Amino acid sequence: MFALVDCNNFYASCEKVFNPKLKNKPVVVLSNNDGCIIARSKEAKDLGIPMGAPAFKVESLFMQYGVKIFSANFTLYGDLSNRIMKILSEYTSNLEIYSIDEAFMSLDFVKPDKLTEYARQIKLRILKGTGISVSIGIAPTKTLCKITNHICKKKPEYEGVLNWNEIINKDLLLEKVPVEEVWGIGHNTAPKLNKYGVYNALQFKSANQLWIRKLFSVTILRILTELNEVKCLPLESIHEPRKGIMSSRSFGKLVETKKELREAVATYICRAAEKLRQQKSAASYVYVSIKTNKHKENQPQYFKYIIIPLKVSTWYVPDLIKAGYKGLDEIFLQGYKYKKATVMLLGIVPQSQVQLNIFHPEYEFQKVTKIMTAIDIINKQHGSEFIKYAATGLKQKWRMKQEKRSPRYTTNINEILKIVV
Amino acid sequence: MNSNDFNKPLTFFKLESSKNILLPLFSSSVKAGFPSPADDFIENHIDLNKLLISHVAETYLVRVSGNSMKNAEIYSEDILIVDRSLEIKENSIGIFTINDEFTVKRIKKINGILYLYPENDQYKPIKIEGNNELSVWGVVTFIIHQCK
Repeated sequence: MFALVDCNNFYASCEKVFNPKLKNKPVVVLSNNDGCIIARSKEAKDLGIPMGAPAFKVESLFMQYGVKIFSANFTLYGDLSNRIMKILSEYTSNLEIYSIDEAFMSLDFVKPDKLTEYARQIKLRILKGTGISVSIGIAPTKTLCKITNHICKKKPEYEGVLNWNEIINKDLLLEKVPVEEVWGIGHNTAPKLNKYGVYNALQFKSANQLWIRKLFSVTILRILTELNEVKCLPLESIHEPRKGIMSSRSFGKLVETKKELREAVATYICRAAEKLRQQKSAASYVYVSIKTNKHKENQPQYFKYIIIPLKVSTWYVPDLIKAGYKGLDEIFLQGYKYKKATVMLLGIVPQSQVQLNIFHPEYEFQKVTKIMTAIDIINKQHGSEFIKYAATGLKQKWRMKQEKRSPRYTTNINEILKIVV
Repeated sequence: MNSNDFNKPLTFFKLESSKNILLPLFSSSVKAGFPSPADDFIENHIDLNKLLISHVAETYLVRVSGNSMKNAEIYSEDILIVDRSLEIKENSIGIFTINDEFTVKRIKKINGILYLYPENDQYKPIKIEGNNELSVWGVVTFIIHQCK
């Protein structure tokens, strides 16, 4: 049996852990650059504050109801997530960390009649140890876990845990789930299913398997099989090295000069390259794109991207930055107010593969490795960006706004919780 | 080699580049014939993290300001190591939230009633009654005090 552990209103809940004054108050978290709403506490949801809305559109609602607003504090959320995953790993090593606030667990070692109680213990431990409330869905397949998790999250009578095998009328429950809400079936596949009279999860589960395989794909068939309690999707415990690494942010203020864009591109390349080195990979292409603000309809719009192939696949940051600059030179046009730049490192290959390439003996791999390793070690000891590339700029006026970010309570000694006793 | 060998297909080997073979590292420099007499007794450094933190995922650091706990040797600007996984015991010091505010106090039970006791005669204990909402945030396990 699997269990899906999913945090309730994660980012907003993180903000409440270190601030008891927020208890039972509506809390909203805004994206990088204080742009859009990316999280709402239960109270904020009940007020009808929409997810994803640009903050400026809902400002009146915020003021009317005294909604507490925070800029995203990913350092804090990431750390609390790590703590939760660490706690879960104490119950089983068969853990798949699905996202920052979700994980699948294999609970085959638990006696079937003790599963629900076991899950309640896990929920209690996480709440006590981190202050975060979770919902746990238990089922024989991951797809059914998603359904039981979703239901117990919405219905308080389950008290946060729902076991598929304890549901008396499973068909009735599946009938209430619209087919587009089934994990893996989205708004693209659903209309086609609707055309054939399949509107809910029960109808989908009961559909003819050969017919589904013929009209759709083996992936869709797998979902159907999983709804029929037959395991198709295993826990994925190995994370494949990323095939492309993206680094992108919107700018705090609109950028018009090439100089500032170069700084941003260099900074994003550094960030992406760090992830590249962590997984001991090299990149073969650098993708750069820049764009204007599509919400400002009266301003001229521009979007352009370019992919620069590298002579030699590399992880040497100065070479990656050089390629980024080359790309920017090609796509930059004077006269526009740019809102966002994106950098992607593509064509990811293992570093060891590149070093053995006999066609580029002139590339000084040893020197490159020595320099990059030294920089990484120093930055780890002294804090990231202790050694920076001058190309990333000293003032960085374009850096994103984080005006209402809460302190990094768990990772920065200068920002830990302060209590007056 | 005879002429028959030229008809045999060539075998190409692909280098298995994805696996790393780790070689053991000798931690003492082996000078010919004379290893260090301490080699068999080498232990790791004392790790403060292991000493002070039992439940890493559930432990947090909190800084205090004020002197209501000075008799318990908790002084202003000290850092407390707080373990949220432990159950608070009677007469022990914890971080509590009372009426939506954090406080650090010693919890006591007198005649069946809970009190939050300060450790300073100039402060009064807080009696926990129906209208005070008390909850335990964590148990204080160590106090980090920097000597001036």
